[in-house]
Amino acid sequence: MNATATSSLQPARDARQSAGRYSGWRLFLEGLTGQRGWPQAWAKATPRPRYRVVVVGGGGQGLATAYYLASEFGITDVAVVERGPIGLGNVGRNTTIIRSNYFRPENVRFYDYSLRLWAGLERRLNFNAMVSQRGTLNLFHTEAQRDLFTRRANQMRLLGVDAEAVSRGAVRALVPLVDLDNGRYPVLGGFLQRRGGTVRHDAVAWGYARAASAAGVDIIENREVTGIHRDGKRVIGVETTRGAIAADTVCLAVAGHSSHLAAMAGLRLPIESHVLQAFVTESVKPLLDVVLTYGAGHFYVSQSDRGGLVYGGAIDGYNSYAQRGTLPMAEEVAAAALTLMPALARLRVLRQWGGVVDMSMDGSPLISRTPLDGLILNGGWCYGGFKAIPAGGMATAHLIACGTPHPLAAHLALERFAAGRTVDERGLGPFPYAH
Amino acid sequence: MLRIPCPWCGLRDEIEFRYRGDATAIRPAGDGGVDAFFSYVYERDNRRDWHLEWWLHTGGCRRLLEIERHTLTHEIRSVRDSAEALSARPAAAR
Repeated sequence: MNATATSSLQPARDARQSAGRYSGWRLFLEGLTGQRGWPQAWAKATPRPRYRVVVVGGGGQGLATAYYLASEFGITDVAVVERGPIGLGNVGRNTTIIRSNYFRPENVRFYDYSLRLWAGLERRLNFNAMVSQRGTLNLFHTEAQRDLFTRRANQMRLLGVDAEAVSRGAVRALVPLVDLDNGRYPVLGGFLQRRGGTVRHDAVAWGYARAASAAGVDIIENREVTGIHRDGKRVIGVETTRGAIAADTVCLAVAGHSSHLAAMAGLRLPIESHVLQAFVTESVKPLLDVVLTYGAGHFYVSQSDRGGLVYGGAIDGYNSYAQRGTLPMAEEVAAAALTLMPALARLRVLRQWGGVVDMSMDGSPLISRTPLDGLILNGGWCYGGFKAIPAGGMATAHLIACGTPHPLAAHLALERFAAGRTVDERGLGPFPYAH
Repeated sequence: MLRIPCPWCGLRDEIEFRYRGDATAIRPAGDGGVDAFFSYVYERDNRRDWHLEWWLHTGGCRRLLEIERHTLTHEIRSVRDSAEALSARPAAAR
C-alpha cells in the first residue's frame, strides 16, 4: 500500500484502511492541494500460496461475493483472481439496468432483495455508484400483452413489490418521444416499476473492489486461472499463469466462461455461451428519464448521466465466446429503436460492443454447490447478472460461509434441472439461444 | 455477419438461417435412463473451440445443415446437409 495513503483526517487502523473514507469534506481538502493525496482505491495484493477461499473472476459477482464474505461473514482469508484488470469484463459491458419486475415468486423475491441492497449500497461501500431509481417502464402493444403484464404486476404486488399499470396518456407524459400510434404496434399502455433504474456499472466494480480490499480481501489482477486442482472428488486449488494457489473453497464467478472453467474441473454445465451486444449514442440533452423497454421487439434504452442513450436488445443467437457482436442484431435492435422512437434516427451511434454471457437452460442463474466438494458455482446469469450483483454476492457468500443455500437463492441450485424444478420465467424450455 | 456456404444454395448471409443448437447432443435410446436423458436435454460441452451445430436454412432451401464453426473466431470449417451428417453417424446416434 502506498505510504501516502495515510490521511490526517482518519485514525488509520492499518495500511488498507488508510485509503480513508470518501466525503465531500475530503474532496474539498484535496481540491486545495491539487488532488495529489488520493491513494489507490484498492491494494495491489501480493498473492499468498494458500487462501481459505479463492474467488475466480473479479467481476461484479466475484467482487461482491468476496466483499460479503469479509464484511458479512467474517471470512477475510479470501483472494479474488482476475484474468485482466478489474472492470473490463461483463461488469463494464452491461446496460446498467436494475429492476425486480419478474413473474415467478422466487425470482421476484431474489431480485427485489437485490434492489433493496442497491438502495443502501453507496452508503455501505462509501462509494458513489450513481444508483438512480428512476423507474423502469415496459410498454405493451396488444390486449393479450396487457393481460400478461397485469398478471405479472399483480404477482409482484402480492409479494409486496411495487408495480403499477400506467395508461397510454401516462406513457405519453413519461416518454414523449415514443410513437404511440405505430400502425402495426400501437402503444396501449405500460407497466412501471418506480424502484427500478440504473447504476454506474464501473463504479460498482470499483466500489466493491475498494471495500473488499479494505476488509482484507486480496485482489489479484492480470492473473488467469488455467487449471483447477483436484484431489479425487475435492477441489483443492487453482493453477494460474503465475503459479498455483491452494484453497479450501474455490468459487467460480466467471459468467460467460463458466463452462470453460468448469471443464477444467471435469464438469459439464447446463449452459451455453452467447454474445449480447450493447450500444451507446452520442450525448444529447435530457430526453429520457426512465428505463424504457419495447414490448413488440427486443429493445431497451436509458439515458446515461453523460447524455448518451445506452441501449441493447437480444443475444446474437448462436454459441459464441467472441467479445464482439455481429451486424444483423445491431440492425435489428436499431430497427426496433426507430420503430419505437423515430426521432432517434437523428442520433449517431458512438460505440458498440459485445459481452459473452452464460445462457442457462432455463434462463435463470446458478448459485450452487457442484458435484465436486469445495467448488462453488456462481454463473448462468444470462443477460441479467448486473442487477443481481448485491444479492448474488450475498447469496454466494452465504453458501460458502454457511454451507447451506441462502433462503432467497435456494431455487438456483444445479440440482433443479435433474429434479424437474427449472425456473423458466418465460416457459421456453431448454433452448438457451431462445431465452 | 456470418456467411454460410449452403451446399444447396451457395454462400448466403446468416440472416437467412435459424440456429438450432448443439449438434453433438444425441438423444439416448428410450431405455437410456434418467442420467442419459438429463445429459442430453441439459448438459453441454459449450466449447471455446470448434463447435458442431445445427442451422436451418429457413430463407433458402429449408434444409437442416450441420455446420462446424469456431466459437471464438466464427470461422466455418465444414457445412453439410443433415441427411448426410446423420447417415455418417452410428445408427444409435441419429
